[in-house]
Amino acid sequence: MTFTLIELTLRVAILATLINLPLALAVSWYLARRHAPGRFLIEVLVSLPLALPPVSIGFFLLLLLGREGLIGAVLVKLFAVDVVFTWIAATIAAAVVSFPLMARAVMVAMAGVDRRLEMAARSLGASRWRVLVTITLPLAYRGILAGMLLGFVRALSEFGATIVVAGNIEGKTQTLPLAIYTSVMLRDDNQALILIVVSIILAAVTLAVHNWLLTRDAVEKSL
Amino acid sequence: MNQPLVEFSISKFYEGFSLECEANFTNGVTALFGTSGSGKTTLLRMVAGLEDITEGEISIGEKIVNEVAPKDRDIAMVFQNYALYPHMSVYDNMAFSLKLRKLSKSEIDEKVKEAAKILEIGELLERKPKALSGGQRQRVAMGRAIVRNPEAFLMDEPLSNLDAKLRVQMRAELGQLHTQLETTTLYVTHDQVEAMTMGDRVAVIRKGELQQIDTPREIYLYPKNIFVAGFIGSPSMNFVYATVKVSSKNITLTFGEDSIKCNADENKKLKEFDGQEIVLGIRPEAFEDSNYANSKEFSEKLNIGVSLIEQLGSDSYIHFYKDIKPVQTEAIEEILADEGEDISVLGDETKFIARVNPNSVVKEGDKITLAIDPSKLHYFDPVSGNAIV
Repeated sequence: MTFTLIELTLRVAILATLINLPLALAVSWYLARRHAPGRFLIEVLVSLPLALPPVSIGFFLLLLLGREGLIGAVLVKLFAVDVVFTWIAATIAAAVVSFPLMARAVMVAMAGVDRRLEMAARSLGASRWRVLVTITLPLAYRGILAGMLLGFVRALSEFGATIVVAGNIEGKTQTLPLAIYTSVMLRDDNQALILIVVSIILAAVTLAVHNWLLTRDAVEKSL
Repeated sequence: MNQPLVEFSISKFYEGFSLECEANFTNGVTALFGTSGSGKTTLLRMVAGLEDITEGEISIGEKIVNEVAPKDRDIAMVFQNYALYPHMSVYDNMAFSLKLRKLSKSEIDEKVKEAAKILEIGELLERKPKALSGGQRQRVAMGRAIVRNPEAFLMDEPLSNLDAKLRVQMRAELGQLHTQLETTTLYVTHDQVEAMTMGDRVAVIRKGELQQIDTPREIYLYPKNIFVAGFIGSPSMNFVYATVKVSSKNITLTFGEDSIKCNADENKKLKEFDGQEIVLGIRPEAFEDSNYANSKEFSEKLNIGVSLIEQLGSDSYIHFYKDIKPVQTEAIEEILADEGEDISVLGDETKFIARVNPNSVVKEGDKITLAIDPSKLHYFDPVSGNAIV
């Protein structure tokens, strides 16, 4: 399987974001409760990838996903697939690294929903699940979308963990940042600059949408 | 007739707060009235199932609901800030609980329109909450509760976000609505007038404990303790330490240089306090300018120096001081603190407020004689704070 550079980059970042969404929602929903046991530990774990060097995350994933690793061994046994040095590994790396940014934004968005609205819904006959679907998510969706975009830009620019666990194989695992790295190494300045401009355009568009969502949210809340 | 009934005997304990309450609420409106932080809202939320109880039992309509999820308790709550869903139209806000019940579209439509008609918000149904005024939001919040046709309404200070004028209007409308719907209602309020006018009964709560539950009139005329006596009534009841002296026909109550007599036969319990100090409670209207007093009722006299007059048109309030150490119990401090008064500057004098006839020509600085109606006096045990009756 070969991919063009941009298609691969987008595919990895989009998939990573979609994998993270349900996880981020679940964690946020759990932590939105007042007396959530283990809150401190969960909050630290959620933010940990943000504080670690991506290279170390890559190494950790390599240990986990490799043929001898906890998860890798199972995958080899069950499906006879080795995910290390494939685009799947690149996606997992991008997902892990971008998770904190997305989860933290989603947490803020869900915690920002007035608890009294949720209480009102429960007193009016809604189960906790119905409250989530009909009240909490619709009211938090802008913040959630903004969190997704923030995670997405981080996934787009992921380099350190990816190169360790997925390698830098042209057409297979090489995303934009890795391609830039290769061009720089090969002293192909023109190529490097072109790729950087493409990166800037992708990131700028995403961030513009992100900021637009947040300002619209702020305007509505002030009404 | 099967009367809807909310009944509970519950306790709740959490960081620095305990709430223990036993009460039952029959048909009509019961106002839960207390200082801020007394636990009245917590109580309401526990009935709704939104707050856990530590121990005890709650029943709604003869069914114990401890383990019943809020959604199945058949109650409807109205919140202080209305808690309208900003992302839904007025119609959808009101239809919310009906959709959850999976009623047909036409049934929902019928119920919503009916409630909208009662509340006169028929033309607002398509609007979003942010396009409504405070009063309109309040009506929608009521509408959302009414369409459920619940066993009980739980209202948490529903009028406190409205400005004063609108509040008076909505209070009257809400009162009318309650008469119309005849649903058992618990109505939490921090507003005395609201509690007295909306409630068929008033439950006074202090620090998570029920003090007294009675009709507004009973609670005003026969408060069970100093807290209830001081908390209900505006201006507040005057309190002063007085020494009891019993003779064959009368009981003499002496405070400072003054003394007044009351009938011994009507106050048998008070005789047990012969020679002791009690807390004497005098409502402002138990005083009268002696020029306007009916001497049969207002048989006792008190000489005072007027320090301030408040003319309200319908009444006049005379403020005066007596050189006696003011009554300072925990209950009174709590009430003063709730009214935002500084309790550290009470001083060494006891302040009194008397309500007198507005035609009274008394001026500030005058030395006058006030008449007192001894049948309207209240007596409290200074230690327990309970009424001596």
